[in-house]
Formats: sequence, C-alpha cells, structure tokens
Amino acid sequence: MNAPPDPRLHSRSRPRPRLRARRDVVVSLSVVVLLVVCVIAGHLLLDDAALRPNSAPRSSPPGVEHPFGTDHLGQDLFTRVVKGLALSLGIGVLTAAISTAVSAVLGICAALLGRRVDGVVSWLIDLSIGIPHLIFMILLAFTVGGGVPGIVLGIALTHWMSLALLVRADVKQIRGAEFILVSRGLGRSPLFIARRHVLPLVLPQLLVGFVLMFPHVILHEAALTFLGFGFSPQTPAIGILLSEGMPHISSGMWWLAVFPGLALLLLVLGFARLGDRVRTVLDPATSNG
Amino acid sequence: MPRLVLLRLLRLATLLIGVSVLAFVLVRNSPIDPVQAYIGADVNITDEQLARLREQWGLDRSPVEQYLAWAGTLVQGDFGTSTLYKAPVLDVMGARFGASLALMGVAWTMSGVLGYLLGVAAAMHRGRLADRVVSWYSYTLSATPTFWLGIVFLVVFSVWLGWFPVGLAGPQGVPATDVTFAQRLHHFVLPALTLSAVGVANIAMHTREKMTDVLNSDYVAFARARGETTAQIFRNHGFRNSVVPATTLQFAYFAELFGGSVLAETVFSYPGLGSTLTEAALGGDVPLLLGIVLVSALFVFTGNLIADVVNAATDPRIRRRA
Repeated sequence: MNAPPDPRLHSRSRPRPRLRARRDVVVSLSVVVLLVVCVIAGHLLLDDAALRPNSAPRSSPPGVEHPFGTDHLGQDLFTRVVKGLALSLGIGVLTAAISTAVSAVLGICAALLGRRVDGVVSWLIDLSIGIPHLIFMILLAFTVGGGVPGIVLGIALTHWMSLALLVRADVKQIRGAEFILVSRGLGRSPLFIARRHVLPLVLPQLLVGFVLMFPHVILHEAALTFLGFGFSPQTPAIGILLSEGMPHISSGMWWLAVFPGLALLLLVLGFARLGDRVRTVLDPATSNG
Repeated sequence: MPRLVLLRLLRLATLLIGVSVLAFVLVRNSPIDPVQAYIGADVNITDEQLARLREQWGLDRSPVEQYLAWAGTLVQGDFGTSTLYKAPVLDVMGARFGASLALMGVAWTMSGVLGYLLGVAAAMHRGRLADRVVSWYSYTLSATPTFWLGIVFLVVFSVWLGWFPVGLAGPQGVPATDVTFAQRLHHFVLPALTLSAVGVANIAMHTREKMTDVLNSDYVAFARARGETTAQIFRNHGFRNSVVPATTLQFAYFAELFGGSVLAETVFSYPGLGSTLTEAALGGDVPLLLGIVLVSALFVFTGNLIADVVNAATDPRIRRRA
C-alpha cells in the first residue's frame, strides 16, 4: 500500500526506517539476552540456604539484605523469584517449541495434502479456538493429573492455531511455484517436498512465531499454576509464590504479591517486544509500530 | 445472508459435538475416580453400594456407550448432579452464570468503548504523547498476568486505601438474600475493573492500526485536500471503517474474556462460573466440570458466530459473496 511516508523518518536526526528497525531488534535482543543470562546465573549462583526457614528474619519488608523482602517463613523472596523465572524460561522454551512444531506440521499438511486435509485442519483450528484456552488447559491438567506434563501439553495444544494459519497461508502461496511443480513432476513425495522445499522457506515465520508465542506461554503457565493446576506447591514457580502470598496481603505484606508478578511482567514484556521487532524487520508490510 | 447464518450454525453444531467428545474423553481418562470423589472421606460405604453407584452412573459400560448415554441426557437438558454441591448441575451453573455474565458484560462493554476511543485517539495523534501513552499502556497490559493485576488492585484499593472489601460477592456472614444491591456493587467493582483494564489493551492496539491504515489511505488524503477537518474525516471516513473491525474483534474476544474471568473471579473469590470451574476441577466434580466446559464453549462459539454475522451484515463485499 502506498502510504505517504512519515516526514519524521526522513529528517537527518533519525536513521532510515529499515535501519532503525534492525537497530531496535539488536537493542531488544540484548535486553532479553541480558535478562536470560541474569536469571540463569542467579538460578545457579543463589544459595538454596536462603530458602530454608528460620535463616532470616520473618516477614521483613524489602531492604538491603533482602531486596524483595522475606515471607512468613523467613525465605528470601528475591532468590525464590529468580528460581521461579528460571523455571518459567525452561517451561516456556519447551512448550513454545512443541507448539511451533505442531503449527508447522499442521499448517504444511493443510496446504500440501489437498482440500480434505485442509478442511480437517481448519475444523481443528476452529475447535481449539472455541474452547477458552484456560479452560482447555484446566481440562488437560485434570486428565494428566497436573504437574509438568499437564502444563506442557495443555499450553502447547492451545497456542498453535494462529501460527498454523500463517504457515498454511505462506505455503499456499508457494505451492504453485515452478520448483515445487518440477519436484512433484519428478515423482517426489509430499514429505520430501515439505522437508526440502517448503520448510526452509517457512523457517523465518516459525522463528518469529516461536518468539511471539513465548510470552503467552509463560503467562499461561503462571496462571495455571496460580489456580492450582500446574506446579506442585513445593516448586518455586511464580504462580505458586503469588498464590502463597495472597493470604498475607491483608496483613500488609505487599511485597509478596508485587515483586513476583513484576519480575514476570518484565520478562514477558522483553520477549513480546523482541518478537514484534523481529517481525517488523522480516515482514515490514504487515506490521507497524 | 441466511445461507451464511445457516452454514455457520451447522458448523457450530459440529464444533459443539467435537467439544463434548473431546471433553468427555479427557475427563474419562483422568486418574480421578468419580465414585471415589463423590463419596469422599465417607468410610461407612459398603462395596455393594459402590458397585451400585458404578452401575447407576454407567461406569461399567464401554466408553462409546457411556458417551452416547451422557450426550442423550444432555440433549434432554439433564447435565447430571454436581458431586461437590449435591445439586443438579444446571441449578449450580444457573445461579453463577448470572454473576459471571454481569461481570463479563460490564468488562466487555467498558473495555470495548474505552479501547476503541483510545485506539482512535492514538492513531489521530500518531507519534505524539497520546499515542505513546496508549501504546505503552496496551503493550504493558498485554504482558501483564491478569490474576496479578487483580492482586495488585487488591493491595492498592482494598489494603492500602481501604475502599473495597477483600473479595466475595457480598459481606461475609450475611445470607445471600439480605445482601443489598449497593453491597453487591461494592464487591463487583474491582473484578470488573481488572477485566476491563486488561481488555482495553487488545482493542486499543487493533483500532490504532486500523485507524492508521484509514488515515494513510488515498481517500483520506483527498478528503484532506478538499478541506475536510479532522473531525469531519473521522465522522465521514474513519468511524465506519474502524468500528466494524473493532466490533468483530470484541466478539471474537469472548474466549479470552472467559479465561480472564476465571482468574479474576478466583482472585476476588467472586462466586461466578469461573471460580466454580476451578473448584469443580480441583474437587474432581466431573459433571459440573463438563457442564461448565460446554457452556464456555457455547459462549465462545456464539461470540465468533456473531462476529462473522456482524462482519457479513455490515460489509457489502462479504454480504454479496455470501
């Protein structure tokens, strides 16, 4: 579309839009990498002793010794939050990877294997969109019996739809290309075509999809755990910290409720920003921001 | 148009059957034994009574037979008996659906209107302060865990400022029938505020993008060249082109709205369908769980159906094709 160029983008003080978008990606990526490194380093370096009851004053507000304060058992909240974020990251990577794989397989199949498969996939997409994510996850957690398998399965199976639609649309555009028709004429199987010709072309789309999915996955894991369907109460997950902190906020211990959520928010925001900016660089037409 | 509605209704029926099969299969394969969950810690029950319960609930038949029997009673309007509440599922859901509907209705309307206005304002002042504030707000809110926002509201408004009570739809210890409307409202504000604040982000971002496209179009450039003022441009071109996608989006938002209300209701112990769902799943109340899952799916499918119909009814290009 021929939108009139924004005059500000051509003034001398600002780099050209394309360059600016790339610079933004580098900035976002650095922030995210820094966050991730800090969380992992903290997870490895922070001493579990801080989690043992009675090792510190109980219910103390944030201070120099305990930057996020301590809970009613004297556990250091900062240590617990860092460990919780590390757990979120791990679950996030695993689940988003599975979900991306599901989108890729179903999206490519729908586009390559004819109308009937396409119909089945789009019915599946409608079905999965129709049950509220959280409720589908609760159902799955109920079936699997909670814990890590329930979280991973539930979240992976509720986040593949939009990416699958994008992949399907992309593949439909290239499936009529000459190199694919030639390959098909030579008697190559659909699997071969999908692997050798289609997958490399949709890989950038999958990568962006993965990064964009990541924040949703982390948020849903926290919500599921908070409701009592995710990690067990012994795990230092963010959702557990928040549900444990809830009963204490009326006695004024606000830090128990504020810091775990704030830390999660920052992590999610970092990844969401990165995903949007990568999309802007790879595909400037469909994004604006 | 009627054909489109009919096709959509047919699809809705197949989807509902799909959901019921899926939910049934998932629940049947769970490690929780419904009979055990029903009797709970009651030790005075004999093996004979257990066997009779199993037979009565049809647990000794094949899964397909069980599904068909269950679906048959569903069609007759019998959702079974809640094991937690010892009452018909329909009654349990009916009492709570109203509370949830009020909560979601208010949040849906407020977030829709406010989000649309903010999105329009951002697009009209693109790159300036208003745009930055709206974008920043939407971005942050879409990265915020809904339940955490509820907790923060509790900390700020209930604990620090003392304006609102900490949870429940009415004061504790007062029979439900004696709760006044004002008290009810008092307990209603924070959950509604939480849901609205989260909902605004989605619609504001989309309206901002849509409106920006409209303002960058050739016909708006021409309108400007003709001397139309900004207000005229909005009235003549911007409003119609942006309000339909916003409405569609808001109807398609039903799924997230329902999920959000599960979280908000749990945080504020608001006795709606969402907090009951959590209770049912944690307490192994299979009939109630299945009932709420089906109702939520029906709710979301209806939203998507309305979105499609609104789209078709207002857009002549789609209307002609259908």
